[in-house]
Amino acid sequence: MDTALLIEKSILVVLLFLVSLGAAAYMTYFERKLAAWIQDRVGPDRAGPFGILQPIADGVKMFLKEDFIPSKADKWLFIIGPGLAMFTALITSAVIPWGPKLHLFGRDITLQVADINIGILYVFGVISIGVYGIMIGGWASNNKYSLYGAIRASSQMISYELAMGVSAITIVLLSGSLSLNDIVNGQKDVWNIFYQPLAFLIFFICALAELNRAPFDLPECESELVGGYHTEYSSMKLGLYLFSEYTSMFVSSAIMSILFFGGYNFPGMSHFSGNTLAILGILAFAVKIFIFIFVIMWIRWTIPRFRFDQLMHLGWKTLLPLSLINLLITGIVIAYQNGWF
Amino acid sequence: MSLQVISIILGSLTIASALMVILSKHPVRSVIYLVVTFFFITSMYIMMNAQFLAIVNMIVYAGAIMVLFLFVLMLLNLNKEVEPVTNRGAQISALIAGGSLFLVLISALKETLILGQNYRTQDSSIGLVKELGNLLFSKYIVAFEITSILFIAAMVGAILLAKREKQIIE
Repeated sequence: MDTALLIEKSILVVLLFLVSLGAAAYMTYFERKLAAWIQDRVGPDRAGPFGILQPIADGVKMFLKEDFIPSKADKWLFIIGPGLAMFTALITSAVIPWGPKLHLFGRDITLQVADINIGILYVFGVISIGVYGIMIGGWASNNKYSLYGAIRASSQMISYELAMGVSAITIVLLSGSLSLNDIVNGQKDVWNIFYQPLAFLIFFICALAELNRAPFDLPECESELVGGYHTEYSSMKLGLYLFSEYTSMFVSSAIMSILFFGGYNFPGMSHFSGNTLAILGILAFAVKIFIFIFVIMWIRWTIPRFRFDQLMHLGWKTLLPLSLINLLITGIVIAYQNGWF
Repeated sequence: MSLQVISIILGSLTIASALMVILSKHPVRSVIYLVVTFFFITSMYIMMNAQFLAIVNMIVYAGAIMVLFLFVLMLLNLNKEVEPVTNRGAQISALIAGGSLFLVLISALKETLILGQNYRTQDSSIGLVKELGNLLFSKYIVAFEITSILFIAAMVGAILLAKREKQIIE
């Protein structure tokens, strides 16, 4: 491996890390402002102009709070929990293609850390281990509310992973590849959403459930479980849990725009080339991610929470059969187009 | 050379975490060490360029089966007092059974050690999903289909068992 490539990838990794964390920090501000707007309030406006420094103030506050570990807690697992949650939230961004090739210093720079040919499976692998952070943290707290939160989180995530995976398989069938790069390049002319609106709907609902966002935020449902799995957490450990939720929101918005909305593709992109195309592509991708984040937040402040049995019914009895039927129809249509009948 | 060093480090870490599974006193910690072991095995697959197998190992074992293990263990009331006491006879028979399995595995692995050298000289795309799919749907189609029928039978059986139990409770 040549050194230039190594430097290039390291810069990209650090940049992605900073961008995901920065985006997560400013998403908290954006969410509070949006909630205020929806509820006809002002929202944070003290720190800096329009309260723009609020995330920094929150971060400093989180760090300066007392870091408390309950005496009956499993100390090591209590510490590992939030770290694991943040880790799994961050590593997904490694396989996301953020834009077309950038041409800098006489080199073609791919804006993707690793173009592995099983990209989408990697994403699902990370999602499936993402539940450990919440589970371990909730159990190690030695508190019944935390344990209930952890149990709810894990059963919810296992249930919704299935329908999510099946609806993603339809996209794999369409593009004929597991690599996220190929999936994006296959959508140059028509985005997948026009072929697979149902799969998108299922995927989006499941993503909300996987993120533990309202209306599926039962693991941290304040009216029943105090704070859910992070009841006993304080200081930056709590901060990491809250932060990881926003980071995974950012990453899953990126995944959804890749799978269904053409990633960095935008209408009329054949008129551009080179670095202009790359920058416009990154901007288009950022706009799509932003719209997804906005919709997710909008849903949170609009729709009330589900009951737990409703959540399970929706997952197993509605979304999973629907996604299987959708997969079957897609398979038949693709087989027909290839002249099987 | 450096590949060999990495695989030796990974192998010893795998064995260390696997040992911790049986040595650690607390069941939840055992499960977590088992998850770590699966991760090391995943990394071994990646070293052999079997990307698909690696990620499936991660999704199925570390992601699904171990979550269920952890789920069940969390719901049990695990105190020192209720820890099951195993008698000496069970321990000795377990030792003999496990030891003979270990011997059989060693004798089987001795053969594969020689075969294992081949993957380096072969095409590097051998572990990729395309090759695997082509093989599964041509050469091994019968075995593959029979396995899927077995899986469906097991699934139907599990659902039936769960259903019957529920009716008794109601």
